[in-house]
Formats: sequence, structure tokens, C-alpha cells
Amino acid sequence: MENVTQHSEPHYDPEASKLGMWLFIFTELLLFGGLFIVYSIYRFLNPVAFQLAGEELNVVIGAINTIILLVSSMTIAMSTTALQQKNKKLTLFLLIVTVVLALVFLVNKYFEWGTKFHHGIWPGSPHLINDMSKGEILFFGLYFVMTGLHALHIIIGMIFILVALKRVQKGTVNADRPSLLENAGLYWHLVDLIWIFLFPLFYLIH
Amino acid sequence: MQTAVPILHEVSYLEYKGKYKGLFSWILSTDHKRIGLMYMYAMMTFFLIGVMLGLAMKLELIAPGRTIMGPQTYNALFTVHGVIMIFMIVIPGLPAVFGNFMLPIMIGAKDVAFPKLNLLSWYIYMTGSILVICSVLFGNGIPDTGWTFYAPYSFKTGTNLLPAIFGAFVLGFASILTGLNFIVTIHRMRCPGMTWLKMPLFAWSLYGTAWIQLLATPVVGITLVLVALERIFGIGVFDPALGGDPVLYQHLFWIYSHPAVYVMILPAMGAISEIIPTFSQKHIFGYKAIVASTIAIAFVGYFVWGHHMFTSGMSGTAQYTFSILTFIVAIPSAIKVFNWISTMHKGSINPDIPFLWAISFIFVFMIGGFSGLVLGALATNVYVHDTAFVVAHFHFIVFGGVGFAFFGAIHYWYPKMFGRMYDKAWAKIGWAFFFVGFLTLYSPMFYLGMMGMPRRYYDYLPEFHAANILSTLGSWVMAFGLLIIIINLFRSAKNGAIAPMNPWNGKTLEWTVPSPPPTENFEDIPVYGEKDGPYEY
Ligand code: HEM
Ligand SMILES: [Cu+2]
Repeated sequence: MENVTQHSEPHYDPEASKLGMWLFIFTELLLFGGLFIVYSIYRFLNPVAFQLAGEELNVVIGAINTIILLVSSMTIAMSTTALQQKNKKLTLFLLIVTVVLALVFLVNKYFEWGTKFHHGIWPGSPHLINDMSKGEILFFGLYFVMTGLHALHIIIGMIFILVALKRVQKGTVNADRPSLLENAGLYWHLVDLIWIFLFPLFYLIH
Repeated sequence: MQTAVPILHEVSYLEYKGKYKGLFSWILSTDHKRIGLMYMYAMMTFFLIGVMLGLAMKLELIAPGRTIMGPQTYNALFTVHGVIMIFMIVIPGLPAVFGNFMLPIMIGAKDVAFPKLNLLSWYIYMTGSILVICSVLFGNGIPDTGWTFYAPYSFKTGTNLLPAIFGAFVLGFASILTGLNFIVTIHRMRCPGMTWLKMPLFAWSLYGTAWIQLLATPVVGITLVLVALERIFGIGVFDPALGGDPVLYQHLFWIYSHPAVYVMILPAMGAISEIIPTFSQKHIFGYKAIVASTIAIAFVGYFVWGHHMFTSGMSGTAQYTFSILTFIVAIPSAIKVFNWISTMHKGSINPDIPFLWAISFIFVFMIGGFSGLVLGALATNVYVHDTAFVVAHFHFIVFGGVGFAFFGAIHYWYPKMFGRMYDKAWAKIGWAFFFVGFLTLYSPMFYLGMMGMPRRYYDYLPEFHAANILSTLGSWVMAFGLLIIIINLFRSAKNGAIAPMNPWNGKTLEWTVPSPPPTENFEDIPVYGEKDGPYEY
């Protein structure tokens, strides 16, 4: 405890930043937890409508997106290992791959939502309100809210990874100070994990 | 340490010359003490706005019928008053101001774990607050839903509600980040030798609070987002016309907002637990019991939210359960009161200003707590729910509890924060007016509620007139006291007598550093030995 902390040069405590990151992830889980509760209550109340509406979603795109996210989780995990092995080039390459995969995910989502809009389904759309049952309205309402919020998290995660990438490039994040990259990885795994729950809830359960 | 500024550690944080000058040396400072003061100035401003809205409502209620405003204005006033007071003042209140300023010093650290995040939290807090104010200044109509934003009215009203909802969401984010920062600070930065059970009780209360902030705030965050989306798109989740359930909104709202009342009160109890031993010059009675009750409150507080919804449609089993749990949550609060009283017993009491605030806190808090039991019991709740009785209950707790503790804390730590002492005679006069005014203002509301006067109306039946006049008179007396207190504190920051390092003979670490403290708090990190402790008199 002899090292004097100064405002001009904040001390580096990787334990603290990791603890902080875990706590933050915890709050994110609770944020989605609220939505999962709402989802389960309405699914319980409207089982048939939820099943019918679920069949309208495109399982193939959903599955492809799941694979994309799983692979991206792997690449970012590999990038941390590469950083530890002081292989800066490989680290940067793997991070770029992760960001590209995230982009592909978003493009898929864009087309998926686009098709729904094309069929006249968006929150509060006349087709939804006039022609569908209340259970289906709720299903699609939750679908857009939950996948939308998840997509927002993908974007935040991408920004986080890009910041880490820049720092690795500059050398301020390195084998001795890997915290930022590790935290970006933790966050990315969280985004991935939430999708792992969203995918079966909306696309698979019948 | 840079050799160019060898006297760095001599300069107080108020005079410290950093990279920036003037205003920027404040709004870009990551010093926890400056951030604490910035929160305080912002909150004081908002608080005065909130007080004026409250006084206007009381003036309207001085006589039945329309006095100075119509129903729509009154609805807007109680909504904005509630949103400002709850989300912008009492929830962030003590942690943001005194937690920021004192926590690092009390645990022997030079700053919080993430100083930059701390500054960011202040900006997020300000953004949220400005959004709330925008909802008043712009758009067609001031929000009129009440601070609870109940569905379905919150997406049916034509008023400018969105900025207020969004503001509350953003404020929650600031609250989460502050909590996160404090948890990590307490885990990682206690000085050597300060074990968990040697930590000052104020730090313990901040720790309990931080966990509630972290665990409960995200749930209300997402609930507010859902209401906003309901308003913009009509997603249906809370709209009965589209298959949603408005009572679900109430559940999600109170799952947060009941624990939130402990976010308000725990740090207040923590501050009182510092003041009482110092002014009794005695070791705190039952340190471990206070710690345990802090944790118990933080935990049990999650399971009682249903007591706000006894009349909203719940099964009988749910009602009994919530009622019993509500009674249980009162126990840890009572334990603390016993401990404070026992601490005073046979102590050498110094009845100075902070002590007066502390004992008046205990007094009003007990009345608030007992009225909480009246509300927690099923039969009586149905009778007084949504009446002036509830308004009296939560003002005794939130204003009487948190407010009195806040003023107690500011009079206690003021000499440390500003290095000067306020005028004690004026402080006592202000306190006396405030205390008497407070009781005159809110006590009649218990009676009015029992007699059946509903809350949230600009009008009432003629038989309630006399008690309402008394209450309005009380509001003026209290406001007068408040004015004295604030002017006194404001003037003394420049003109007060120079304060010594330890004016109250306190034993916690903040009294071992100069008043006001240097930027880095400690020249050398203190070390707690075997025999050291926060209350060793
Ligand atoms: C002894 C412990 C307490 C008990 C048993 C208790 C019980 C209750 C009950 C049953 C209600 C609902 C009344 C109704 O609407 O019908 C209520 C309302 C309220 N309580 Fe408490 N309470 C306690 C402590 C607190 C504390 C510590 C705070 C804040 C620091 C607080 C703040 C509030 C607020 C703000 C409301 C009103 C909410 C609203 O409807 O606008 N209470 N309390
Ligand atoms: Cu409650």
C-alpha cells in the first residue's frame, strides 16, 4: 500500500476494473430480466397466440445470427489470448473480425425487421392492431422491443471493442495492462448470452 | 510526486490549482470532494424549486374550492414536485453529496475507485435533471400523472411526459454508476488494517445502499422505457386495449420504488449513526447489530412492494404475505433506533446543532415508521390508502427522515468541507422554526386522511377547512426556518470563523485531516492498528 496515488496519474487496479465491469454486467442482466418477466407473464396468459406469432419469424436467419454471435465471442476471447502472447497483429486482426461479425449480425437484423415491416407488422401498425389477436400484438410488441434493445447493445459493444482496438494499436492496452480489452470481451459475452436466451424464446418454442 | 509542486499536500482542495482555471477547475475536476460539492449546489437549487412548488400547493389548499389555481395546474404541481424531490433529490441525495465527499476520506483513501466515472455520473445526473425541467418548459402541457407515472394514464395524457420519463431513466443511470463506484471503492480501497467490521457505519450504509441501487434501478429503468415506447409506438404491454396489463406496470414500478425508499433512508441512518456517537462521546452501541440491520433492510426491502398495491387487485394470499413482510421490515429500523438511544445512555452529551438534528430525526422517523405500520396492516390500509394520511406518512419519513438527516449531516461535516464554522445561534433558531413548522405542516394530514380527505386533489370538503389552514400556516413557518438555515450556511462559507481540524472530537478518519482537506486527502495513507476503530472514545 506504499504506492502513492495521484490525481495526475491514476493508479492501475485491474481487480477494481474487473469488479466494476461485473457489477455493470449484473445491472444489464437485470434490465433484460425485467423484460423476460414481462415476456413470461404474457406467454403464460396467451400461449396459443404466442405460438402462432412465433411461427412467423424466420428461424434460418435467427440461427445464422446465433452462430455469428457465438463465433464472434470466440474471436474476441482469442484476441485476449493473443494479447497475452504479445502478438499484437493477431490481436488486432481478431478484433476486426469480431467487429465485422457484429456488423453482419446487424445487417441480418435489418433485413429481418425489413421483411416484417413489408408485411405490415411494426409496433402499433394498423395491420397488427386491426387484424391480429391481443396475444399476437403483445408478441410482436415484445419482439421489437427486446431484439431492438439487444441490437442497441450490439452497437454499444461494437463501440467498446473499437475503443479497445484503438488502444491496442496505440499500445496503451498491452500484455501488462489488458483490462480494457478483457472488459470489452466480458461485455461482448454478455451481449451474446442475452441473444442465446432471446433466440429460443422468440424463434424456437412452439 | 512531482517536485515542481512540493507544497501540493498543503493546499486545500478548495484552493488547489489544477490544469484548469475558474469554472472549469470544478466542472472538469475528478476530485471526489469537488464533485460532492457540485452535486450539493445542483441539488440545493432543485430543492428550492421543489419547495416553492410545495408551498404553492399548500397555498391552494388553504381554503376549499379554487384559491390560486385550477385542477390542471395543481396536478402538474404535484407531479413536478414529486419527480424533482424523489428522483433528483432524495434518491441521489446523501450518497451523491456526503458519500462522494466523505466516503474516500472515511476509509482512508485518496479518491473513489473510478474518479472519471464519478465525474461522468455528475454529468449524467445533470442531463437527467435538465430533461425533467425541459418537460416543464416545453411542449403542450406540464406532466400531470404524479411521480409514479401509472399506466394507462401515462400514455394517454396529452402533456409533455416523455422528457420527464426519459429524465427519470437517465437519473437512474447516474445512480447505478455511483453505486457501482462505491462498491468497488469499499472493496478495494479501505486503508490497511480497516477490516469490514472496523468500517464507519456511514460507509456501511453507503455499501448497502449501493447494492440496492445496482439491483433495483435497472428494473425501473426498463419499465420506464416500456412506458415511453408505449407512448410513442403503442407496443401494448401496459395497454389493456391491446392486451397489456396496467397492474403489471404497478408491480414493476414498486419492485424498484419500494427498495428505492431504502436507498433514501439507509444513508440517512448512516449519517445519524455517525453523529450520535460523536455527540455522546461514546462508542456506538451495538455496532454489529446496526451493520446487520442495514443488510437486513437492504434484503427484506425487496419483498414488500405489494403494500403499495393492496387496493389494485391482488389475491388474498399475496396481500397477507406482503402485509406480514411489511411488518418484518420495520424490525431492523427499530433495532437502529434502540441502538442510537442506548448510545446516548450515560454518554456525555454535547447538545450542539448536529445533535439536535439527529434527535429530531429519531422523533419524526419514529412517527413515520409507526404510521407505516398502520399502512402495512391490511384493514387500515384499505381505509387510508390514497388519502392525506399516506402523504403525511411519507413526508415524515422522506422529508422528516432523509431531510433532517441531510441537514444534520451538513451541519456536522460543514466545518470539514469548508474549513469554516457557521453561526451556531442562527443555526439553532433555523432548526427550531423548521422543526415546529414541519410538525405543524404534516401532523394535521394524518388526521385529515383518517377523516377521509383524498390526496392529489386541489379541492376538499368544507369540514376539512380548519386542519388545512393549520397545515398551510405550518408550511410558512417551515419555509422561514429553511430560509434562515440556508442563508446562514451560505454566508458562513465565506465569513464564518475558521474551523479547527476536529471541532466535535470525532474519531473517524475525516477528522484526522485538515479542514478543508487537501486534494489528496492524506499525505500518507493511514494504517489502522489492532486497537484502532471508528468509535474508540
Ligand atoms: C417502518 C417502515 C415502513 C413501513 C411499514 C411503510 C409502509 C408503507 C405503506 C404500506 C405504504 C403504502 C400506502 C398506500 O399507498 O396505501 C407506504 C407508502 C410510502 N412510503 Fe412507506 N413504509 C415504511 C418506511 C418508509 C421509508 C423508510 C420511506 C422512505 C424513505 C417510505 C416512503 C414511502 C413513500 C414515498 C410512500 C408513498 C408512495 C406513493 O404512493 O406515492 N416509507 N409506506
Ligand atoms: Cu413501500
